[in-house]
Amino acid sequence: MTKISGAEIIVKSLIEENVKHAFGYPGGAVIPLMDAIYAEKKLNFILTRHEQGAAHAADGYARATGEVGVCIATSGPGATNLVTGIATANMDSIPMVAITGQVKSVLIGNDAFQEADIVGITRPITKHNYLVKNISTLASTLKEAFHVARTGRPGPVLVDVPVDVQLAKDEFKYPKDVNMRGYKPTYVGHSKQIEKIAQAIENSKRPVLYIGGGVILSGASKELAKLARMTDIPVTMTMMGLGAFPGDDPLSLGMLGMHGTAYANHAIQESDLLIAVGARFDDRVTGRVDTFAPDAKVVHIDIDPSSVSKNVRVDLPVIGDARLVLKELLTFVKKPDIAEWHKKIKKWKNELPLKYKDDDVLRPQFIIETLERLTRDKNVIITTEVGQNQMWSAQYFCFREPRTWLSSGGLGTMGFGFPAAIGAQVGKPECLVIDIAGDGSIQMNIQEMATAVLNKLPVKIVILNNGYLGMVRQWQELFYDRRYAFTTLSDGGDSYCPDFVKLAESYGAAGIRVKRKDEVESAIKKAIGIDGPVMIDFIIQREENVFPMVPAGESISNMLHGLA
Amino acid sequence: MANFILSVLVENKFGVLARVSGLFSARGFNITSLAVGETEDPEISRMTIVVDADERILEQVKKQLHKLIDTIKVLDLTGKETVERELLLVKVNADKTSVREKIIKVADTTGAKIVDIGKKTITIEEAGDEHRIKALIELLKPYGIIEMARTGKVALSSDK
Repeated sequence: MTKISGAEIIVKSLIEENVKHAFGYPGGAVIPLMDAIYAEKKLNFILTRHEQGAAHAADGYARATGEVGVCIATSGPGATNLVTGIATANMDSIPMVAITGQVKSVLIGNDAFQEADIVGITRPITKHNYLVKNISTLASTLKEAFHVARTGRPGPVLVDVPVDVQLAKDEFKYPKDVNMRGYKPTYVGHSKQIEKIAQAIENSKRPVLYIGGGVILSGASKELAKLARMTDIPVTMTMMGLGAFPGDDPLSLGMLGMHGTAYANHAIQESDLLIAVGARFDDRVTGRVDTFAPDAKVVHIDIDPSSVSKNVRVDLPVIGDARLVLKELLTFVKKPDIAEWHKKIKKWKNELPLKYKDDDVLRPQFIIETLERLTRDKNVIITTEVGQNQMWSAQYFCFREPRTWLSSGGLGTMGFGFPAAIGAQVGKPECLVIDIAGDGSIQMNIQEMATAVLNKLPVKIVILNNGYLGMVRQWQELFYDRRYAFTTLSDGGDSYCPDFVKLAESYGAAGIRVKRKDEVESAIKKAIGIDGPVMIDFIIQREENVFPMVPAGESISNMLHGLA
Repeated sequence: MANFILSVLVENKFGVLARVSGLFSARGFNITSLAVGETEDPEISRMTIVVDADERILEQVKKQLHKLIDTIKVLDLTGKETVERELLLVKVNADKTSVREKIIKVADTTGAKIVDIGKKTITIEEAGDEHRIKALIELLKPYGIIEMARTGKVALSSDK
């Protein structure tokens, strides 16, 4: 067998793993790898303008397609620039493989030029990571990395490859199987436990399905919809779970938690049976834990045993893959008698809907509702940044399909949405990909405009521009006596800093500014009509707030509803 | 809070200790002692970890340890029939002949081993369960303990 270089082994391994696109940035310690990628026609490499952009793009690609996202960076600063992106993927259980170059093996530990202990740095923010010390283990390590990333509860895996390993030569033999004695995820749930869930459902009077991102990751949306319809149990979703169940279904309660709907939170609090599927009882969902769902028997279906009873005591746990467990549950389940419960929920829905002031002022909720209405007939993927833009999008955009809502949930990473949109667009060229951003967040990875333009990725960016770091400003308004400490991004006058229209144009993209409510529809239509990246700068009501809101650390029964 | 003994079989690879200790620090779990060494299979190490926790935290510790890819098995030895040993080396002040004799007597009566006698100090070795180690330390304290090293507990389940 002929010997090939380590760099070529990496590329061949990526091809074996069916990787079609990789995102990254070159540097001294990955020149051999970049050279090998350059020679491989089957692998499309997207050059970003910052390694963080590459990591988020790989993440967005993974979220949109369900495939493993791949990002590549050089040693030292290249690798450390991936860190936020890796941590983002880790918190949201997104399958990703990050490959970093490392200084020569003999220099490791010497504080060499562009050396960073990236395996040490990323140990707590990866599902697993590797330093490849010898070319003989390179292919098997990559095999393991992809296996670990995409199986069980998915997550990011980093593989650090010293430059001399990239240059060394060996035969290429890609292993067929992986056998890791310490890693054997449980997919099939315990049948006895699943039968008990069916029993609990049958006996329940006020059940709620509480759905998290795990349902999307396991591809369990169909099974979930069947279960909900067979049993008539209302469905609420975490922010990560949006899209797992159609938001416009009569059984949908929308999102729960800190900025969830009032009816979802009330339903949780009064439920007698809470069925959590692929969700992890995050503090943004539960509010004050000891007041969460006080009367409910808690069922928890999750693939990760460490998620069970971590925050909230679980009465009936089932460890397994959400899709397989729900599928089995469907064979046992019977419809409970919950007509009274539906009456109550209907009353909450009527009395406490999501609402905002309907006047002549340009408000963000109106923009998102209009955007949703105008894109309903299209395959649309929404990404967001983090803050008010994210919460308004979660509340007012109706998601009907899984993998159409890509947002940084666990880590809450500003600057995620735009590069994630680029990754999503690469993976789903047929889709209309829109990043809903704030004027603060968009500036965190604005450099990726060049990536979008040069790669002809027609991503649309909707900026909800209030000249503030709006969510923090909202907290300051409500809890810090309106002291807007360092959250003001503009001088409030007529000049713009930056002028997003000119900025878009300087990259060769289109820029549109909207200041009035009656211009929203035509601007969105125009943007959709342009075959290229477009930035729409919506100058919105500056001090609009996100409501309902559960103040941090309080019970989710105690919602602030605002003035609207 | 109480002490629980976990016996954890892990891959004998570099970085595994860092993964385990990092897990404890990142999640705020308390380690009382941790001892690592090779097992009968050179590819596997055994970590004996004494954890200071309550039942709920212990459950999380076990699950989080198990979640590590390099962890093969997590055994909770708490409340089980086990054999537990810890090794102690203790250097005691012995600059007067009268004191020397007393210390040697302590060692003799407790069954501890004298492993080094210097001009001014005596070093004693003791292997045993926690009770035995503590008892010896208490007996030697009045003479002035100069230095002390403990391995932390190692344990195996008993076959009784």
